[in-house]
Amino acid sequence: MLSGVKHIVLVLSGKGGVGKSTVSTQLAVTFKDCGYKVGLLDVDLCGPSIPYLLNLEDKDVHQCPQGWVPVYADKEQNLAVMSIGFLLKNKNDAVVWRGPKKHAMIKQFLTDVYWQDIDYLIIDTPPGTSDEHITVMENLKTLNCDGAILVTTPQAVAIEDVRKELTFCRKTGIPVLGVIENMSGFVCPTCSECTNIFSSGGGQSLANIAGVPFLGCVPIDPRVALSTEKGQNCVATIPDSPISAVFQDIVKSLTKPRVGADDTSS
Amino acid sequence: MADVPSDAPEHCPGTQSESAGKVSACQGCPNQSICSSGAARGPDPGIELVRKRLESVKHKILVLSGKGGVGKSTFTSLLARGLAAADSDRNVAILDIDICGPSIPRVMGVLGEQVHQSGSGWSPVYVEDNLSVMSIGFLLSSPDDAIIWRGPKKNGMIRQFLSEVDWGALDYLVIDTPPGTSDEHLSAAQYLLNAGLTGAVILTTPHEVALLDVRKEIDFCRKVSIPVLGVVENMAAFVCPKCKTETAIFPANTGGGSKMAMELGVPFLGSLPLDPRLARSCDEGTNFLTDVQDSPTTVAFNKLLKDVVEACEESRSS
Repeated sequence: MLSGVKHIVLVLSGKGGVGKSTVSTQLAVTFKDCGYKVGLLDVDLCGPSIPYLLNLEDKDVHQCPQGWVPVYADKEQNLAVMSIGFLLKNKNDAVVWRGPKKHAMIKQFLTDVYWQDIDYLIIDTPPGTSDEHITVMENLKTLNCDGAILVTTPQAVAIEDVRKELTFCRKTGIPVLGVIENMSGFVCPTCSECTNIFSSGGGQSLANIAGVPFLGCVPIDPRVALSTEKGQNCVATIPDSPISAVFQDIVKSLTKPRVGADDTSS
Repeated sequence: MADVPSDAPEHCPGTQSESAGKVSACQGCPNQSICSSGAARGPDPGIELVRKRLESVKHKILVLSGKGGVGKSTFTSLLARGLAAADSDRNVAILDIDICGPSIPRVMGVLGEQVHQSGSGWSPVYVEDNLSVMSIGFLLSSPDDAIIWRGPKKNGMIRQFLSEVDWGALDYLVIDTPPGTSDEHLSAAQYLLNAGLTGAVILTTPHEVALLDVRKEIDFCRKVSIPVLGVVENMAAFVCPKCKTETAIFPANTGGGSKMAMELGVPFLGSLPLDPRLARSCDEGTNFLTDVQDSPTTVAFNKLLKDVVEACEESRSS
């Protein structure tokens, strides 16, 4: 299983709608632009967003003797993508499955996709601490998983759920690479007044309490939503946005040779 | 097979199968006589229990969305508070079936409360005289506790919530759900459809990424025949508190909630603008509707509330 994959990074959050898929795609695209071969696996079966975010909605998955061929987002085949979205006939179709079927699907995604040799596999997850997460964690136990990036928004309601996800990581022994605070503040385009729509500072304090690295704040920028919706790398299209710096830092810290990788799990 | 218990002997034919209790693999299984008698093939006894318990509840409203973080819990709390405040003789309750990420205790300002057992079942936590709340959040010993459960355990919990909470006579039961179209939703639908579900309010935000998932949720409602009361678009426009410029934070590139509702042939109930004070009030658990009466969100919500009540009455009479 996943024999050609060198590193695995999970993107988790207890809360929904905080930007897990956006972070996953931006991370994947940034890795790709740094010259790595990247795979992006979407295990959110009930609400797959990755095909839309990478502008791959009408693509299909093909079979080859080694398994499923993922969909490539670029001509050079450096960014491979797999999602249940590619398997649905109609994009409005709901996947109404209970746990055991979801378990089987994710297992197939992890074992049957022919990723070939990739440097980083990024796994985008649904919100919660249930079937999908347990399945992924169980299957990754035997593999070398680098760890998980937790995404949160600043308000207390979100932080509360992300704390539960942290407990999940602790209980299951997944190292936490760090916390990203998304949707921090909104700068009004007319008067440049910064409003903290979902309050502020929650991610930093969560990282402090939990003793995990804080990876950065990503402000609300409607341009990011637009550029992700076009499948572009916002690091390249809007280099002045703080989001670019955050993702470049994350990629740098993940790619530097790891000394004592266990330090991050404390 | 879904009906094979996890601790069943090898080659168990499944409790629902015709040959349950009758094949060679059943030899020596402690449940062989139950299976062969056919008792296990009958309908889930929980359905009848839920129906009995919820007989005294007039309207049962599900708050659904395929997407997370669009404001299901916020809307649930506003709806319940709004319904309870409009008429002090009206009894309202919230049931939070988001097992992995319960937000209702915080949003309703009852964080850290406990539920008590009595002869007639679990007593919910009361926020007002006519507004009670039940959530798994009340059963956890610490806010850091994670519920790491697979589907069947979540279903058991939801069945207990639906059949064992002593609500008393209720006019409205508003049920907050997790995102998705999976275990929690199927269980809720299965139990509630037999107990007279009024319908579902579908929440969305205006941008396409959310609409994608919400369309799936409406498809889910069709598949399991839950009536859709209408679609509510949350976080629509943001008005800068300083210069009053309106900005779409989640731009509706594809027409937003109203166009989606039209395309799918479901009613559109209205849009709620984004107000940072609402987010703060949720974090603090205060009543936004009475605290910030001048907010455009309050004004829009009060209008929407009337439509929801009307839709409920209509659904009940039809």
